[in-house]
Amino acid sequence: MVLTIDSPDTVCSIDTEASLVTVRSRVRATAVDLGFGIVEQTKLVTAASELARNVLRYAERGEMIVEVLENSDRRGIRVTFADDGPGIANVELALRDGYSTGDSLGIGLPGAKRLVDDLTIDSALGRGTTVVITTWAS
Amino acid sequence: MKLEDATPIIQLGAHLLVSLQGDLDDRAVLQLESDITNSVAKTKATGVLLELSGLTIIDSFIARVIARLAGMIRLLGADVVVVGIQPAVAITLMELGIGMQHLHTALNAADGMALLHEIRE
Repeated sequence: MVLTIDSPDTVCSIDTEASLVTVRSRVRATAVDLGFGIVEQTKLVTAASELARNVLRYAERGEMIVEVLENSDRRGIRVTFADDGPGIANVELALRDGYSTGDSLGIGLPGAKRLVDDLTIDSALGRGTTVVITTWAS
Repeated sequence: MKLEDATPIIQLGAHLLVSLQGDLDDRAVLQLESDITNSVAKTKATGVLLELSGLTIIDSFIARVIARLAGMIRLLGADVVVVGIQPAVAITLMELGIGMQHLHTALNAADGMALLHEIRE
């Protein structure tokens, strides 16, 4: 069973380029708190940076929620990126290497997926996009 | 986003040592491009060491800017060596699918300087 520990300061709006810095430092701070190693921290922060940039590029604004997960033997971090942007027509295609509708060279989503333990996307045209990434402390 | 300090650009003979630090936001990164290319043109440097040990993350945007910057510097007639990428950042870049294979790299500034001399010989 997974317990989620919420704290009130874990929601962060993404609306300007400066938000990327806040996104990275929030995620980094949580990873450090949980004792993530430097490689795990760097991968998670980089994935968050890519996903926050996607929010800015495609939806202009959205928000990030950082949650700490805990089960009987380990702790993890779940980061949710939610926006009300145009949505993704074909999620499977968007996760394919080299595929992109923007100018991002298609690194964003498939790249971010490789950097974390789990990445899920909930999206459809016209109803925004929610991307959830999870990484467990090893 | 902020550069923690103004980006230091240090002239060492015919070479420039540029140390990127802090959590670079996109605007800061673009400002850097113009600062560095202007410095190369002004000093007629023949080599540039891009020292990245102060960057705790390099995402795909920053990686692209570094590659583009290296291309600009080469167009100005100088060689470029990227040094000091942190091991965790290197691992992350490879998993992202960004190998930077087309750039000269070295472990640290001393090795990078030696490589710049080698390239010119």
